[in-house]
Amino acid sequence: MKILICISSVPDTTTKIKPTGDGKAIDLANVQWIINPWDELALTRVLELKEQPNSKIEKITVLTVGGRNAEPTIRKALAIGADDAIRVDTEPGDNYFTAFQIAQALKNYDSDIIICGIESSDYNGSSTGSMIAEMMDLPSVSSVSKLEIESDTVKMNREISGGFEVIEMPTPMVAIVQKGIAIEPRIPSMRGIMMARSKPLQVVESADVKPLTVFCSYTLPSPKAACKMVDAENMEELVNLLHNEAKII
Amino acid sequence: MAYPYTPPDYFLLDDLLTDEHKIVRSAIRDWVTRSVIPVIDEAAQKHHFPRHFFKELGDIGAFGPFIPVEYGGAGMDYIAYGVIMTELERGDSGIRSAASVQTSLVMYPIHAFGSEEQRRKYLPKLATGEMIGCFGLTEPNHGSDPGSMETRFKDMGDHYLLNGAKMWITNSTIADIAVVWAKDEQGVVRGLIVEKGMPGFTAPETFNKWSLRASVTGELVFEDVKVPKENLLPNIKGLKGALMCLNSARYGIAWGAIGAAMDCYNTALLYSLERKQFHKPIASFQLQQKKLAEILTDITKAQFLAWRLGVLRNEDRATPQQISMAKRNNVEMALRTARESRQILGAMGITGDFPIMRHMMNLESVITYEGTHDVHLLITGADITGISAFS
Ligand SMILES: Cc1cc2nc3c(=O)[nH]c(=O)nc-3n(C[C@H](O)[C@H](O)[C@H](O)COP(=O)(O)OP(=O)(O)OC[C@H]3O[C@@H](n4cnc5c(N)ncnc54)[C@H](O)[C@@H]3O)c2cc1C
Repeated sequence: MKILICISSVPDTTTKIKPTGDGKAIDLANVQWIINPWDELALTRVLELKEQPNSKIEKITVLTVGGRNAEPTIRKALAIGADDAIRVDTEPGDNYFTAFQIAQALKNYDSDIIICGIESSDYNGSSTGSMIAEMMDLPSVSSVSKLEIESDTVKMNREISGGFEVIEMPTPMVAIVQKGIAIEPRIPSMRGIMMARSKPLQVVESADVKPLTVFCSYTLPSPKAACKMVDAENMEELVNLLHNEAKII
Repeated sequence: MAYPYTPPDYFLLDDLLTDEHKIVRSAIRDWVTRSVIPVIDEAAQKHHFPRHFFKELGDIGAFGPFIPVEYGGAGMDYIAYGVIMTELERGDSGIRSAASVQTSLVMYPIHAFGSEEQRRKYLPKLATGEMIGCFGLTEPNHGSDPGSMETRFKDMGDHYLLNGAKMWITNSTIADIAVVWAKDEQGVVRGLIVEKGMPGFTAPETFNKWSLRASVTGELVFEDVKVPKENLLPNIKGLKGALMCLNSARYGIAWGAIGAAMDCYNTALLYSLERKQFHKPIASFQLQQKKLAEILTDITKAQFLAWRLGVLRNEDRATPQQISMAKRNNVEMALRTARESRQILGAMGITGDFPIMRHMMNLESVITYEGTHDVHLLITGADITGISAFS
């Protein structure tokens, strides 16, 4: 069984995001890049499955749509334990563009399970996974929080309101995973990092397609207003503020 | 409380690191954030070294990163080793010390001076953390002047008989093996691998430290210890062997100290932006800005020194004198940074809620071990004048 995990390279979650001067893009200078947390958990889960006795997983491939600067992220995935990698050589655009690139790259690539994170922690688009499934004409399950492989089928828990569904699906299929799929992402070991050097990383040309979305501008949320302290004894002042200033009573 | 850790890189030195170095850094940083930060204050308060760190450090590959893969290392370069030390010392100098000793003072001499059998017997287990090592050079009566050591061994035909005592030994009580430097009957310093459990060998712990409280320190006492002949490191004679180990460890400390400094700076900067006095963040006052600006300048210079030293060491061109200068400069920088940062936090700075006071106390050991601050200055002095001022 071959498993393909789509990983995206996103700014470290502690990054202070700021738009560029004209507000048309995000200022990416000095940003530290990490593997999108959901994708990293997906990789962790698949490694756990591969390490189980009698595991049927022969190969774990990771795929990224990104330029040369996404390679450290790919190398990290290889260091953690993926067997090989594919990089589609173009900067990711909107969800449609990215999904199209992935579907195109996977056309002649046979994988039994394709796994995507439920969203990327930068743009939080939440639709790439379903789009890939649609474009590749494969069934998909979203919000997967538990994943087991049983002979030729995949058994999953899908989070629904107030509980979860247990779903079984034959391969090939697309699983879109979320928190819970694995507990903690793995940290690559120094030996793993050195071994990643010699693991294959295939760079494929991008498909000719235009994004369907135009990003018009970016704005930071307005800063939180200062907190006003009111003496506990002074009910009148509190009511006055709630009525006249906050206008909620 | 710990702030999110975003260390400074004011001169974009990251551009000089390879992708691999950055992956190494993020791996060790993640481990420190996950395993060290949540428990380290309590461990230090309780004067306790969390033993499980050894296994975890071994799993992640923090022991012997530059030792070849065939002996259990990762076969990495010296910049990777430096980066690992920086990240570990961001967590605590005690954790970095454990890794420094295991890597530079135990694995390095066994690899560089040991027989093939010794390498195969010890290195893979030391790399995984299954086996813990320590390094015995300092004695009760001989610290800065180890050449006058009193520990001796006699050739008894089928074994050596070792007598003497070592003091201030990191990992002593928990170590499975000790690389011990002792004089033979001709007065030549040699290295011996002494194993836990050899009759006559004891390792009492040194308590009541105010520094490196999350690190084990103790003595090594040898009373007629029979050491098998095959435990002598065959390929080195003289004090030079021990000094070469120290060079490797000092190199790591030159990088490590920057980690402690960056943690202090990060804490002080974020605190100063948050804390208000006179209706303004204290970061808006010139005196606090001066402190922060000078700290950042200091850290930046130390980063340059460490990086350049790493390049030279990779090319096998770093001299012991250059390593001395970098160790001395960077540790003193870190200690000054800790003191200044502590002041920025006011009273909060003395509590265990923030890492600064712990770093500051740790650094008092770091500025003394592996050659005192004074001794490194004398090394530079001797190098530039050609006149030794040691004795
Ligand atoms: C926490 C900790 C862990 C340690 N771990 C180890 C270990 O694992 N293995 C090991 O072998 N050792 C270890 N050491 C010992 C350490 O290396 C020694 O403490 C150090 O070399 C200094 O020796 P000393 O303490 O005897 O000081 P001394 O040599 O007595 O020095 C005292 C003072 O005199 C100064 N001085 C000495 N000689 C001169 C001179 N010629 N000119 C001017 N000033 C001079 C020194 O700079 C210092 O200020 C450790 C120490 C500590 C604190």
